[in-house]
Amino acid sequence: MSREVVVPGDLLDDSGQKEAGSNAYKEGSEVYAERVGLKKEGSNHVEVVALSGKRYEPQRGDLVIGTIIEAKPSIWFLDINGPSDVGMHVNEVPWRVDFGETTKYLDIGETALMKVYHVDEQREAQVTMKDRTCRKLEGGTTITVPPSKVPRIIGRRGSMIKTIKNNTDCRLFVGKNGVIWFDGEPEEVSHVRDAIHMIVDQAHTSGLTERVETFLDEGPEAVDPPTE
Amino acid sequence: MAKADAPDLLNHEGLRIAERDPVNDEYTYGRGKDELRPIEIEAGVLNRADGSAYLEWGENKVLAATYGPRECHPRRDQDPAEAVVRVTYNMAPFSVSDRTRPGPSRRDREIGKVTSEALEPAVLTQLYPGAAIDVFIEIIEAEAGTRCAGLTAASVSMADAGIPMKGLVTSCAAGKIEDDVVLDLSREEDFHGEADLPIAVVPKTGDVVLLQMDGDLSADEFDEAIDKAYEACYDIHDLQKQALVDRYQGSATNGGNR
Amino acid sequence: MSDDVVSDIQRQYLVDLADKGRRFDDRGLDEYRDVSIETDVINQAEGSAHVRLGGTEVYCGVKMEMGDPYSDSPNQGVITTTAERNQMASPDFEGGPPRGPSVEVSRVIDRGIRESDAVPLESLCIEPGEKCWVVYLDVHCVDFDGNLFDAGSLGLLAALMTAQIPNHRHDLGEPEPLEIRSQPIMTTAVKIGDEILFDPTDLEEKVSSPRISVSTDEHGRIRAAQKSLAGGFQPEEIQETIRRSRRKAEELRSNVLETVKK
Repeated sequence: MSREVVVPGDLLDDSGQKEAGSNAYKEGSEVYAERVGLKKEGSNHVEVVALSGKRYEPQRGDLVIGTIIEAKPSIWFLDINGPSDVGMHVNEVPWRVDFGETTKYLDIGETALMKVYHVDEQREAQVTMKDRTCRKLEGGTTITVPPSKVPRIIGRRGSMIKTIKNNTDCRLFVGKNGVIWFDGEPEEVSHVRDAIHMIVDQAHTSGLTERVETFLDEGPEAVDPPTE
Repeated sequence: MAKADAPDLLNHEGLRIAERDPVNDEYTYGRGKDELRPIEIEAGVLNRADGSAYLEWGENKVLAATYGPRECHPRRDQDPAEAVVRVTYNMAPFSVSDRTRPGPSRRDREIGKVTSEALEPAVLTQLYPGAAIDVFIEIIEAEAGTRCAGLTAASVSMADAGIPMKGLVTSCAAGKIEDDVVLDLSREEDFHGEADLPIAVVPKTGDVVLLQMDGDLSADEFDEAIDKAYEACYDIHDLQKQALVDRYQGSATNGGNR
Repeated sequence: MSDDVVSDIQRQYLVDLADKGRRFDDRGLDEYRDVSIETDVINQAEGSAHVRLGGTEVYCGVKMEMGDPYSDSPNQGVITTTAERNQMASPDFEGGPPRGPSVEVSRVIDRGIRESDAVPLESLCIEPGEKCWVVYLDVHCVDFDGNLFDAGSLGLLAALMTAQIPNHRHDLGEPEPLEIRSQPIMTTAVKIGDEILFDPTDLEEKVSSPRISVSTDEHGRIRAAQKSLAGGFQPEEIQETIRRSRRKAEELRSNVLETVKK
C-alpha cells in the first residue's frame, strides 16, 4: 500500500468539506500540508503523518525518557529531545522533597522515565513521575532515534518490542520521545541496539518483525534483505 | 579587472557560455537566455543536524543545516510570541578564487540577515513561541548566485528538519549581459555583465520575500528580469519538492511508520 | 545549555565497557571507523579533499597565492593552517571568533605538516627575498562525531598530495604538482577509565579525561604531539600509545596513498 508523500505548501483538500488535522493548515476552504509526510484522509479532516525531523513534539500522556539539566529549589528542568526543556515540579515526584533539596533526589545528569501530563498552548510541556511506571533509571544506557520511528519500534499492539524482549536478556524502555533505555550484558545490548537501528532504517519495509526475530535469534547473516 | 579581458558572453548564435576550461581560458557555448544552470538537490545529508540539504547549482556547492526548534540562547534573541529564524551564511575559505579569511564577512552577515527575513514568512513561527530555528548555510564552492543557492538549500533543510511551514522558499536571479536580460548569471556573466537581480519567492503564496539588485537596468529591463527570475523559481521549487519526496518516498510504502 | 547532554548513565556505561576492553560501537580499542577520502572536489582550490571518518565529515582545501617571504627567511614560502568548528557540524560548536578548541586543532594539524617538512618551505620560493608561494590549508568541518584532528590531517595530506601549483595564473608556465617530501599521519586516542581508545567518537571525547594526538611520518618518526582535555596519563601509557599510534598511522597512510593514486 503506497501513500502520497507531501511537502509543506502542498494542497491536501479543496472540497471545503474538510478540516485541517495535524501538520496541516487551512486557508479559506483549502487545506495544505505544513510538514513533509504522508497524506492521511479522515471522514471530516485531512492530516499529514510527519516523516521528517528528529525532535519530539510533547503529547499529553506520553511516557518519555529525559535527563536532568538544571535543578532549582523546587523544580527540575529536563532535556527530552524536544523543542524546549521541560519542567518537573517537586509536587510531581513520588517523594517528599523539601525546598532546596531537589538534587538529593534527582541530580543534574541523572535520567528518569516520566510522563507528559500537561502541554500548554505555547507547546510548553510539564512532566510528572507520579505514575507507577515512572522511575529513575539506573545502570544501562540510552540511544536516541527519530521519534517518528517509535511506533514501529513498539509495533502493532507492542508486537515488535515483545519480539525484542523475548529474544534477548535486556531490560528495555522505549520513550515516545525517541530516547531508548536498555540494560544487560554488553553483547546483548549491542544486539538490541543493532536491532533498533535495523528497525529505524527499514521502518518502511514489510515483514520487519520476522526479520528482527531472525536477526536476534540467528544473527545478521541469517536475515534476508528487506523488500520495499 | 579591465573589461577588455572579458570573454564574449554571447556567441554569434546568441548562446551563453556553458563550460569553461580554466587553464586555457577557453569557453564552450550552448546555454539559452532563459536556461538555468544544472541544479541538483539532495535532502538529509548530515547526521548531526535536525535537517540538512546539499545543493549543486552550476559550479556552486552548498550545504545547509537546520537545528530546531530549540531553546533560544542568548535570551535577548527570544521573542515570547513566536519562534525566531536565525540564518548564518558563511563561505569556506577555499570556495572562491582568492582565499577568504575564515568566519563571516560583512557580505556574509548581510546575506544571512536578508535570507532569514526571506525564510521566516513561510515558517509557522507562532507554533513555537520563545524558540529558535537556526539555519546554517556553508558555501563549499562558489561560482555565482551563492545566495540563491544557499537560500534554496536552506529551505529544503528546514523541511527536512520537520519545521512547520506554509510552503518552501525558492530563490533565483536574473541579470543583464550584452544588453540582454538573461536568467541565472554564471561567474563570467556576473563579473562582466551589467546587472544582477536575485529574488526569493514563496511559491505557495507568490510573495517575493527577497530582492536585491546591483548594476544598471532600465525600468522595462527590471520588470523583465523579475518576471524571468520569478518564473524560474517555480521550476526550482519542483526540484526542491522532488528532493524531499525522494528522501522520504521509501517510507511511503506499507503505510509508512505505522 | 548545550543541546547534547551526556547523562551519568551514558558516561558510566562507556567507562564500564572500556574496563571490559569494549566500546559502544563494538570497535576494537585501536580500531578506526570507516574512512573515505575523495580528492579534487573543489575546482576553485589548488588541492582539495572530502573526508568522512565515521560520522565526522570535513572538506579540506589548499589555496596558493603569490606573496612576500618573511624577511628572516627570504628563501622560503609560507604555510598557514586553519581549522573551523562550524556551527553546522554540531550543536556544541559556538559561533563568533575562534576559541581555544578551534585554534588548538588548527595548530596541532599545522605542526604535524610543518615539522615533518611535508611541504618543504624552500620549494615554495619563487624569487628569493621577493616572491614566494603562500599556501593556505583550510579544514572545514560540516558534520561532527569526534576526532576532528585525524579527519582534518588526513584530508589536508590528501589535498596537498593532489595539489597543483597555479603557475598559469601568474605567467610562470604550466601548473605542476606540489613537492611533497613526507606523509605525516596523525592518530588521536583518548583515555576512558584505564583504557586507551583510538579514533574517539564525540560521546567518547565527552566522556574521556585526557586525549593525545601524535603525528608520525612514513619512517615511523614522531613529528608532533599534543595532550589535551583535562586529566592525565601515566608515562608508560603515553609510551604505549605512541607505539600503537605508529602502527595505526601506517594503515591510514596506505589508505591515503591509495586514494591519491587514483
